[in-house]
Amino acid sequence: MPSASEVKTRIEAAIPGAQADVETVDEVHFSASVRATAFDGLSRVAQHRLVMDVFGDELGGSIHALALKTEVP
Amino acid sequence: MSDNEIRDAIAEAIAGNEVILFMKGTPDRPACGFSARTVAMLEALETPFAAVDILPDPRIRQELSALSSWPTIPQLFHKGELLGGCDIVSEMYESGELAETLGVQPPPDAPEDAPAGADPAPTPLGIENRLS
Repeated sequence: MPSASEVKTRIEAAIPGAQADVETVDEVHFSASVRATAFDGLSRVAQHRLVMDVFGDELGGSIHALALKTEVP
Repeated sequence: MSDNEIRDAIAEAIAGNEVILFMKGTPDRPACGFSARTVAMLEALETPFAAVDILPDPRIRQELSALSSWPTIPQLFHKGELLGGCDIVSEMYESGELAETLGVQPPPDAPEDAPAGADPAPTPLGIENRLS
């Protein structure tokens, strides 16, 4: 089971210039707020896809849910 | 039904319904909180929508996600385009963008767009003033 800081580190490592705040109460359901210049010009769907793609098959597996809020800084 | 037939049926459903929600359970009996919230927002906007329960066959979700490149449920489509899952739909609902996109009136409790840089005018411009 990933920790909140592990999820944060992975998002920030995978998306250039990303800053993530990640919370979890049970290490299964996560809530992440991500700011990244890489989101500029992308639709919300495309922004969320960038973040979800970091976790691939883990979403729905070891990560049951990842609530997302994305913004361009 | 083969996996390909399922994918074709999903693509047809998306193409054939202006607003369609893939969810866990049904609008009357949602089986997941995120699906329930998304249904509640669509119902608050009083917009007609088609709904597909993905639970009866795991291949529905598998093929849907392969088609949409979106791993989670629910998924809301409008005119063939994925609008998003529960998080994005919630953001769009709260900003009034969802009502605008779907071409419906925002519900009375939704925040209305504040006029840009509105100064606190002592007397609001009334209809009489505009007509005179």
